[in-house]
Amino acid sequence: MQNAALLIVFLPLAGALIAGFFGRVLGERPSEVVTTAFLLLAAILSWWVFTQVGFGHAVFKVPVMRWITSGDLDVNWTLRVDTLTAVMLVVVTTVSSLVHLYSIGYMAEDDSRQRFFAYLSLFTFAMLMLVTADNLLQMFFGWEGVGLASYLLIGFWYKKPSANAAAIKAFVVNRVGDFGFALGIFGLFAVCGSINLDQIFGAVPALAGKPFEFLGYQVDTLTCLALLLFMGAMGKSAQFLLHTWLPDAMEGPTPVSALIHAATMVTAGVFMVARLSPVFELAPEALKFVTFIGALTAFFAATVGLVQNDIKRVIAYSTCSQLGYMFVACGVGAYTAGIFHLFTHAFFKALLFLGAGSVIHAMHHEQDMRNMGGLQKLIPKTWAMMLIGTLALTGVGIPGWIGFAGFHSKDAIIESAYAAHTPNNYAFWALVIAAFMTSFYSWRLMFMTFHQPARWGADHAVHDEHAEPATASDHAHDDHGHDHTPRESPLVMLVPLYGLAAGAVLAGVVFTKYFIGTGHGHGEADPYKAFWGPSITEGAHNHILHAMHEIPHWVGFAPFVAMLAGLGLAYVYYIRSPWLPAATARTFRPLYLFFLNRWYIDELYDFLFVRPAFAIGRALWKGGDGTVIDGTIDGTASTVGWFTGRAVRFQTGYVYNYAFVMLIGVAAILTYMIAGGVGR
Amino acid sequence: MNVSNTPILSFVTFLPLLGAAFIAMLHNDAKGNARWIALWTTLLTFLISIPIWTGFDKSNAGFQFVENAAWLGTIKYKMGVDGISMLFVILTTFLMPLCILASWESVQERVKEYMIAFLVLETLMLGVFCALDLILFYLFFEAVLIPMFLIIGIWGGKRRIYASFKFFLYTLLGSVLMLLAMMAMYWQGGTTDIPTLMSTKFPVQMQSWLWLAFFASFAVKMPMWPVHTWLPDAHVEAPTAGSVVLAAILLKMGGYGFLRFSLPMLPVASHDFAPLIFALSTVAIIYTSLVALAQEDVKKLIAYSSVAHMGYVTMGIFTFTVQGIDGAIFQMLSHGIVSAALFLCVGVVYDRMHTREISAYGGLVNRMPIYAFTLMIFTMANVGLPGTSGFVGEFLTLLGAFQANTWVAFLATFGVILSAAYALYLYRRMIFGELVKPSLQAITDMGPREIGIMAPLVALTILFGIYPAPILDVTRASVKNLVATYQSAIKTAEAKP
Repeated sequence: MQNAALLIVFLPLAGALIAGFFGRVLGERPSEVVTTAFLLLAAILSWWVFTQVGFGHAVFKVPVMRWITSGDLDVNWTLRVDTLTAVMLVVVTTVSSLVHLYSIGYMAEDDSRQRFFAYLSLFTFAMLMLVTADNLLQMFFGWEGVGLASYLLIGFWYKKPSANAAAIKAFVVNRVGDFGFALGIFGLFAVCGSINLDQIFGAVPALAGKPFEFLGYQVDTLTCLALLLFMGAMGKSAQFLLHTWLPDAMEGPTPVSALIHAATMVTAGVFMVARLSPVFELAPEALKFVTFIGALTAFFAATVGLVQNDIKRVIAYSTCSQLGYMFVACGVGAYTAGIFHLFTHAFFKALLFLGAGSVIHAMHHEQDMRNMGGLQKLIPKTWAMMLIGTLALTGVGIPGWIGFAGFHSKDAIIESAYAAHTPNNYAFWALVIAAFMTSFYSWRLMFMTFHQPARWGADHAVHDEHAEPATASDHAHDDHGHDHTPRESPLVMLVPLYGLAAGAVLAGVVFTKYFIGTGHGHGEADPYKAFWGPSITEGAHNHILHAMHEIPHWVGFAPFVAMLAGLGLAYVYYIRSPWLPAATARTFRPLYLFFLNRWYIDELYDFLFVRPAFAIGRALWKGGDGTVIDGTIDGTASTVGWFTGRAVRFQTGYVYNYAFVMLIGVAAILTYMIAGGVGR
Repeated sequence: MNVSNTPILSFVTFLPLLGAAFIAMLHNDAKGNARWIALWTTLLTFLISIPIWTGFDKSNAGFQFVENAAWLGTIKYKMGVDGISMLFVILTTFLMPLCILASWESVQERVKEYMIAFLVLETLMLGVFCALDLILFYLFFEAVLIPMFLIIGIWGGKRRIYASFKFFLYTLLGSVLMLLAMMAMYWQGGTTDIPTLMSTKFPVQMQSWLWLAFFASFAVKMPMWPVHTWLPDAHVEAPTAGSVVLAAILLKMGGYGFLRFSLPMLPVASHDFAPLIFALSTVAIIYTSLVALAQEDVKKLIAYSSVAHMGYVTMGIFTFTVQGIDGAIFQMLSHGIVSAALFLCVGVVYDRMHTREISAYGGLVNRMPIYAFTLMIFTMANVGLPGTSGFVGEFLTLLGAFQANTWVAFLATFGVILSAAYALYLYRRMIFGELVKPSLQAITDMGPREIGIMAPLVALTILFGIYPAPILDVTRASVKNLVATYQSAIKTAEAKP
């Protein structure tokens, strides 16, 4: 078991190193095969570990190496595997291996595939280090490591200026979140004397409700620290205010969007909150904030998703919105429901992204849905897979009984949000409205892409600036007289879709009772408690997973109704009366523009932070360093000209001057000492 | 304090001087010979210095490899290293061969004199870290500037006169004050022996004045804001290897000075002045990071980023916590490797294009993938990415700062965001994008010599990032001792009134 854990984590690293350093020697295909094979092996081992840990209740740690030891600080590289970790291992390695496989087909025309696969495997390694962390610093290592991989992969097509800008934006915005995460780590060390998880969890109960001084104020220790840590989660999981990088991250190749910006990395924030549930449970005020941000993000991102035309951006905003759901679950104490949604979401969102990739592939790198349509007949397999993804995302199912993956997990979150009784039930209503919008934009995507009359053709293809670059061989095909008719993707791309579709259909049915329980058994009898073991802590007063089953009947039906309403409205707008969207946009033009421009948050940040930072930098440089400091110094030495004049004649004049001064100094001190010595 | 029989420190310190003497005896036209002698001398010096590390007793907080000989009456020739200084010796001997190699082709004028200057410089720098006598220290500390002046003034760029003048003016004031402080110390303590002075209790009133005098010198060397403006100019004008030595080793003399003199000898004043240091450090971190964002010259950008990184060092030292000081030393060593590497990276393209304008580059990855990879590693280390050596120092200093003062930690952590912005922005402008500039069409990737220079630096950056124990184990005993001595001194001082 210990060796399995080591293999799971380090196989991807080995793959990354082999493909990265020896890729040129090995060639493209061997690099792809090695990395993909390593990942598949890791995925198989992960499922095995998952069954052992989740159902066999083995919790274990694997010490790897010393890391930082300084005074009381003692941090080691250690793999910690409990149920929460095992769930993440399964998610990460499964999606990653399928994305590796898919990329063999998707990236077939790219000429630096070794680099691509090395980055993918490197990302997977960092993500695995994150989820197996036994201390906050190792988590931070993985945290920033996935940030690096994300940066590299968003900017993979480095010739595109927009991709480079998006990569930097992703890294820097994440760093803003990490600013809080880092302060949270420093703070936890200051109050707990350790940053190892077990020591922190042991120390926090005694700190509950105790104040400590932060920035001159007396604040509640755990509330303050939990909020700082959550700031990191907000950055990584693209929550409102720190979400701006995620839509831009779609500049990366589509498999990257599926793996990093949908299934795994962006869920790290949710994982962090769940992992630190012993801390968050003791900081109820912080949890309220988590709920608020989650609900706001779920709502905000859904509104923006309604009006996007880039197929990937629709899914990106959907991801942002779904992450909000997960945070609401954590915020109300239903951590396991949050992780459950993380688990199911990984399958259906990766499926949607890879499906979108298949569409883009078929459309010769077209991403604008306004130039698609009528694809159902041409790429039926992709269509079927996208349909499954949509059914799962919108939460199709029969209330109280059975449905697609998202049905089980999303409805659980909405129910727990109701059971939590937030003020005016705002969280519940925000999520229900978001569910309606989710359904609307998802079906809008399906209808615009597959069902409306075709709007593409050789003459009309418009390549917008965000489109993925068509490679040389692409054009070569065109020149040889092939038409632009979209064709189904190769098997190597379809098989991963099938795998993910199986997850999107089954993950809910199979795992509901283990992840969130049945609500019937009381106390320890509920299967979810045995499944999670000690990996999730619920406070003494936290009965949310029980309360969520004892809600009025209409609450259980609310998301179902919202889903149907969204579907119906999308049908009317995009199939029955296709002139309606334009008319609506005209009628509600300000609101439409507000959504289309993502609530103008990017513009606001540009105005508030980006431009001022450069302007201040320039001002400090020219004014501060130049005029004030150097001005003073040059002024003090009004003899500059004199000195410079001299120096021109003896190039090294200063040296002699300097040596002279120094020797005089030494002579002086010697004289003084000898005199002093005599005096004594 | 153990006194060993082989004077290994003197041997290591003066071997480069011997090499310099050999080169001086060469004929004027023997460029190749001068290079080879310099390379072999520095390599040999490095090899001989390795036993200092391997033979170092990590559990001993005191000075080791001590040599003590009569010299000028009360002034002794005394050398020795402890956990704080030892690794700087190794850093110096390690970097010098790389500096010589980096100058192999770029320096074609007065090669003989150039190599002599570097070898003399090495001797003097090693002397600074080994000297255990005030006067000996002062001689080395000040004399270091002479070869550095020469290197900037003779082999430097267009504005070298202005740069060296500024350098001179800044340093002069600091040295005069430090000399006065040393005289006062001798007057009070009756000796110039550094270990003795470290256990001398200086009167509280006097400590303040002494502290300020030392501060004037060390702050300029560091350099701390606002006396940092000499550094960007000096870096810009210096040849590549000069920049490397300047950033990697000369800047560390300031931090080393604080640790060797200010903290142990003047603990009460250090305590009282800590808020000043904190203020200047946080200003440095934020201010210079913002300034770095606006730079158009690669070397200036890296120079400003150095000032910001040195801000973490001073902040860490004056937290008086084990983590803060461990972090400060680590940060200095890591910066020694990373900034050296960054300047070497600039040198690689400067040798090809003879410009430091960022806008003259762009899209280099298309023709220089190995270079792009190397620069990425060091950019990430500069940004303080976990897993690189740059992270450990930053993390530990900030961890220490949080315990000392949350405002300081809060403000300094902004550097984490800003460093990402300026470093990645630089990388993007130079490396990414289409290669459109006609002048760059024929640019070649790094050759074997350049790869050979970079490879050990890459390896160490990663190694110390994931396994910093070789450094932290060495500093542990000395730092623990330093903190304990400081705390007891503060306790006594607080008990008195």
